[in-house]
Formats: sequence, C-alpha cells, structure tokens
Amino acid sequence: MSGAAQVTKRAKYKISVKDPGTTGALRMNDQKLMFMPDNRNSGAKLVVEFKSIQGHKYTKEGSNKPPLINLANAQGGSYIFEFDSYSDLHVCRDFVSKVLEKSKETPNAALEKSAVKLPDEQLSEEEMQLRIKLLQENSELQKLHRQFVGGNILTEAEFWAARKKLLDRDPSKKSKQRVGFKSAMISDIRPATDGRTNKVTFSLTPEIILQIFAEKPAVHRAFLNFVPNKMTEMEFWTKYCRAEYLSRTKNYHAVVAEAAEDEELAVFLKEDDILANEVRKKIRRVDPTLDMEADEGDDYTHLPDHGIFRDGTKESNELQSEHYRRTLLQDLNRHAAVVLEGRTIDVEREDSTRALAEALARSKRGNEGADNNANEERLDRTPRVAEIEDLQAPHCLPLAPLSIKDAREYFDSQQANTLKASRDSQASMKCSLSRQEAYGSVRDAISEIKDMGLSDPIVNPEVALKVYSGLTHNISSIKYHLGKNPRETVLDRLPSATKEKLLYHWMSIQELLKHFWSSYPITTPYLYSKVNRLKDALSNIYPQLEVYFWPEFTAFA
Amino acid sequence: MASAPSKLYSDDVSLVVVLLDTNPFFWSSSSLSFSQFLTHVLAFLNAILTLNQLNQVVVIATGYNSCDYVYDSSSTGNQSVGNGRMPSLCATLLQNLEEFMNKDEQLGKQEPEGRIACSLLSGSLSMALCYIQRVFRSGLLHPQPRILCLQGSPDGPEQYVAIMNAIFSAQRSMVPIDSCYLGAQNSAFLQQASYITGGVHHKPQQLDGLFQYLLTIFGTDLHSRNFLQLPKPVGVDFRASCFCHKNTIDMGYICSVCLSIYCKHLKKCSTCGSVFGQAQTQSDEPSATNRKRKTTDA
Repeated sequence: MSGAAQVTKRAKYKISVKDPGTTGALRMNDQKLMFMPDNRNSGAKLVVEFKSIQGHKYTKEGSNKPPLINLANAQGGSYIFEFDSYSDLHVCRDFVSKVLEKSKETPNAALEKSAVKLPDEQLSEEEMQLRIKLLQENSELQKLHRQFVGGNILTEAEFWAARKKLLDRDPSKKSKQRVGFKSAMISDIRPATDGRTNKVTFSLTPEIILQIFAEKPAVHRAFLNFVPNKMTEMEFWTKYCRAEYLSRTKNYHAVVAEAAEDEELAVFLKEDDILANEVRKKIRRVDPTLDMEADEGDDYTHLPDHGIFRDGTKESNELQSEHYRRTLLQDLNRHAAVVLEGRTIDVEREDSTRALAEALARSKRGNEGADNNANEERLDRTPRVAEIEDLQAPHCLPLAPLSIKDAREYFDSQQANTLKASRDSQASMKCSLSRQEAYGSVRDAISEIKDMGLSDPIVNPEVALKVYSGLTHNISSIKYHLGKNPRETVLDRLPSATKEKLLYHWMSIQELLKHFWSSYPITTPYLYSKVNRLKDALSNIYPQLEVYFWPEFTAFA
Repeated sequence: MASAPSKLYSDDVSLVVVLLDTNPFFWSSSSLSFSQFLTHVLAFLNAILTLNQLNQVVVIATGYNSCDYVYDSSSTGNQSVGNGRMPSLCATLLQNLEEFMNKDEQLGKQEPEGRIACSLLSGSLSMALCYIQRVFRSGLLHPQPRILCLQGSPDGPEQYVAIMNAIFSAQRSMVPIDSCYLGAQNSAFLQQASYITGGVHHKPQQLDGLFQYLLTIFGTDLHSRNFLQLPKPVGVDFRASCFCHKNTIDMGYICSVCLSIYCKHLKKCSTCGSVFGQAQTQSDEPSATNRKRKTTDA
C-alpha cells in the first residue's frame, strides 16, 4: 500500500489539537491532499498542494495520545488530522514523507528536459532520480550529456549503457554512519530512591534496553520467550530491576530466597549460559600453533576468577550455589566487548521493545552463520599451517614454470644471420678497405700520435668559438621550446584556457570513439545509422580544433 | 671512516668510464681521422683529471672482436713510457691501445660484407658496469661514477637485448650513460641509453671541434648537472628490434609470457616455448559466416 500513487483514509480534520474535529475522508496523491467532510455543508473542505507543505509531525504509537498527523505549511499554519488507528497514521505518514522528499530535490529544469523518457525504455522513477542526481554531481558528465544527447548524436540509452557501473549503485541502500554505543555503562542501571517512601524507581530508555540485550544474551533470550506470553513487558522489567537491586545488596540469603520463589527472577540471577557457550567456542577457535594452553580461564568475561563483586564484597568464600555473583571486571570486559563489536540496529527505527529484541536476534543469527563457515575453514587450515615446511614434499604448482631456452645460443647465433640478411639494409659509407688495411691505418694513427705528441692547439680557436656559440644557442632555444623539465609535456605550457578546450575536445573524442568501436561489427541498420551519426560528429571536431589552435601552433614554430 | 678523508670528498668527485670506439672499419672511412680523435680525447681526459684531485678515469676500448681496459688512472703501475714528450696518461693509454688493436686483429677472421660493421658496445658496457659495481662495493667513500660512450659505429641490432639489459642495470644502479655519437646516422641505442639512465646524448655538428663539445657537455660532473643546462635531444627513437630477424621495428607481436618481440605472427615463442592461440585472420579466407551475414541483411 505504501507504493501506491494515492492514499485514502478516514480522518478527522482538526484546527488545533483540542478541537474535536470534523470527520471526513482524506485523500492524498502526488500533488496535493484533499479532505472531504462527511457533512457536505460544514464547509471544512480542504485542498492543499504538497508544494506548500514544509514539514510533518505525528504522534508516536505507544504514547497515550490519539493518532495525529500535523502538516505544517509555509505560512506557519498547520493542518491536523486524526486517524482511527495507528496503522492508518503510519500509512499516511510514509506517503507524506515520500512526497515531501521528492519535492525537496529541485531537479534542474534543463536536465529534466534533456533526460526525456524514451518510448522504448521503461525507466522507473527511482532510476530517473538517480540519473539526474549523477548529472548534478559530476559536471564533466553533465557537459558530455548535454553535448551528445542534447545534440542528438547519442540517445539516452546509449549514453548510460556505457556507464552501468554508476547506475547500479542504489543510493537508498547506502549505509550511513551510525552512532556507536556509549562507553559509559548505561546498562548498569541504578535506581532513584525517593527519600520519603520506600520506593525505588528504575528508568529504562530504549538505548539502555538495547545495551542490556547486547551485553546479556540470557536476558535477551528470556525477553523473547517470556514477553508477551508469560508476562507483559512491564512485569518483565520489574522483575529484572528487582534482580539487579537484589544483587547489589549484600544480603546474599535474600537473593537465594527470592530466587527460589520466583523462577523467572532466578533467570536473571543465574550465570549467563549463552555467554559460556560463546566462550567455549572461542577457545576452540584459538590457533594451537599460537597458544597451546588456551582454556576457559583465559576469558575474563566469563568466569569470576578475580576482582570485586558487584555487591562490594571481596571474598568469595560463600558456597558455590547456582546463584552467580558477577564481578566488576567481568561486567566491564563484557561491556567493552559489546562496544567494540559495534552497533547493528538503530534504536529509533524500532517502535517497541519487542521489535528491538527481534531485530537484535536476527542480526545475531546472521553473524552466526558466517562464523560457522569461517570456523570450519579455520579448522581445516590449522593442521595445514602447522606443517613444518622443511619436511614437506615440494608443492606442485598448477602453473608451468618459465623455461627460457639456451640463452647463449640465442645471442651468439644471430650474428651470422644478420650479416647475411642485412646486406641490402641502410647504405651508409661503405668500407672499401680490407681488414688488414683498416687495422693498419688505425695502428699508423696511433704511432703518429706517439711520435708527434698531441697537436697544438688541440682545437682551432675559431672552431671552438663556433661550437660554443652553437651549443649555447641550442640550449637556450631548447629551453624555450621544451622547458626546464625534460618530462614536461606540451600541454603544461599552453595557456590554461587553451588547455581546457583541448582537454574538453579530447574527452568528447574519447566518448565518441568508445561508442563508435562498440557498435562494430555492424549487424543491424540501427547500428549503421548510429555509426554514421558518430562519424559525422567526429569529423565535425577537426575544423573546430583547427580554428582554435592553428594560430597558437604557428606561434611556436 | 676517519673524518679527514671525508672532508676531501666533495660532491663533485667523479669516476668517468670512457668507452672508446676503436672499430677500424669505421675510422678508416670517417671524416675525422683516428689520430685527431685521439688527440681530442686525450686532452679531454687530462682535463677531467685536473678538475678534481680525486677524479678517476677508466678507458675501455670497444673493438670489433673484443673489448678490453686500456687505461685506469687509479692503478699505480703507470710508469712513464716512451720519450717523455707527453704525460704518462697519454703514453700509457696509447701503448695499451696499440697492444689491444694487435690482439683484436688476430681474433677476427671475417671480412665485413660491404657495410660498416658494428663494434661490441654491449661488451664494453657490461665491463664498465662491472668495474663500477666493484667501486660501489669498495666502501662508503667513492666517487660518483658515470659512463661516457664515444661511438661512431652504427647500432648492431643483434646486440639489442644485451644493450637493453645493460641499460636497465645501469638505471637500477643509478649510473648515467652519456653518449656522443660521431657517425653519420642516428643511433637509437645510445639515445635510449641516455634517456633511460638520465644521461646526456649529443651528436656533434662539427667534428673538428670535438674537444670543445666534450669539455662543455660531457665534462660536467653529476652534482653540477642539477644547476647547469645541458643540451637535450628533441626526441628519442624508441624502436626495438625483433628477436627473430633483428630488424628494427615499430609495430610487432609480443609473447605474453616472456615479453619477447617478434615482427610476424608465430605459432610458438622461440624464447620460452609457449604456444600461442589461433590468430584472428580476417582478411585471409572469405568465410561462410560472412556470407551468412549478408543474406540476413538483405
């Protein structure tokens, strides 16, 4: 029902909360809401556009108020509707919030025009929203979209076909960062005592309840089992608080007495067996190659090995009965473990404690499944990892090792081939002398120097000057052309406006080429026409580039 | 290490390893005669040694059949040879060079077939890099090494792989390779070597002013190059040579396992033996599928 385009419910229209209100029917659709009173003559007919509605408030289920929704409009007035039941209220509330969200996003008018729904493509509303949002966020994408889809070179479908990855992302499923648990132990509830009477008052908020369920899985299980079958929620919490209170007192015998009477209370006072199980599982998971001695004593959250008891005593020489005394250390450690695990459910979303408990149970079950698989893998891996590598046989890899054939044969044998093969290759100065003559001439040169010594001057001064000035000119001109950094590109030296134009053209050429090559091989007339369109677009870019850049390029030459 | 020697080591101490091209077939047909060339080079080496007291020079001759060290300024066995008319540097170098040429002649047996044969640049590069590695391992205080390649012979495409390996290992050890090409054409190997290792490549326009070029461009030490402007080439020729025929190619096929380059499609890689899949030969046979497509369109 929440996905419907319009909602109709019976409601009473009130001007203020105390107003008894006029009964009638409330109808809401995408654009506006209409209220038609039963009594046609009362004149309380109402038609309000959703555009003028700024916000909405509603009463919560569980409070003692009637189900009301309050729509505030831009001028400061408000429309109050009272429904027959909370479920009606929820339906209307969901609808209103959806419509208000949609109208809050002000889509770009131009974008809407260009992002036209094609008759051959069934786009859902959400997909349209996603596309518009993507275009708004990414200005490069918007430019490309405007140029190609607006210029009728590519169709909308083709444009987005290349970008499936962007569209897959469903924004509503994006997980938001949740506020974690407090590190203060709010589950350690203390009552407020009233000095005059003998009453103690415990106050529980949903946050505290969530923490209690997370830290004490036995209490969580008891809640799921007892409420609402055996007792109401109120009774459950009363018993829980009583158990807490009792465990704080130093009167251990009172605790035993009460536990014997009331078996549900006893549940709260017993040792938490779920925790015990978890600890045992954790011990089994410890890698024996790391710690062979791991046993239950290593887990401080579970056994009362040391520390101060919650009721303040230090000795533990009372008889070990099934009533279990917690220590401060255990509570702190358990709380720390829960905080570090993180929060998996939002308290505000759950309306009742029952729903909260169930959500927590579901998330725990989900984790358990994964844990079992991981556990099995670990059990498999442990014997393998504990092998001593030296004593093992070599692993046979599934790959064939790289075998390079005899390198020497490769390097040496080629020389003869090349001399034969490259006889007709580049004709440089041919050596006309025979071997002996060549070697002889070199030897003569060496002896000549030995006899004559080095020539004086070594270099003719005019030649030296010419060389020097040539080099200087060369260096300065290269600096002008290429810049100081040898790896600097031509792009960096253009003025920034030119550089941007060039990059923009490059981007559009890339896009066109991508679509062009993806339409090959051409098997249908549609592809043929598409290729022609793209070809025309590509050839149009050349003259644009020439007009822009030719004057600048000639300046450099 | 005591602090006193470290004070002597300033930033601009350099070790220059000069690779001298002694390919007789090139020199006998070059416009610059070998004796003139040697004059320029010897004066230049002297100049380098005078720039800083701790500078070192090593000369390796790149011959046609072999390569060898012909001079090391740090070795103590430099006795003055000859008639004292020239510094011992020159005398020793020339003596060793002559002996090297004799040995080289005896090693070779083949006549080159009409084109200028190439010298063994890959061999001398490797020798230079080995020497430099030894210097690196000699301790914390050592001069900054660089390689200067004086080459005139054309590139030998059969040495492509070896030269590229040497270039990459020089890049890894951060040894710049400067190159001065004296031949007629352009040398792609030398351009790539200087580009990749961060050295300077230059092709002198006037060969009789070679000494001036050497002193201005290649005499600068590595520290000073941070603030001196040296001539840069406008572009670099990055073409590779194929592994099957050793031709220089710009477009080819590459084995995806060992990255060897081939100029035409092969069924099996000759370096690592991997078998390649079927090639998409579109232009060869008019297949039945093409005909089918035509009929559906009609």
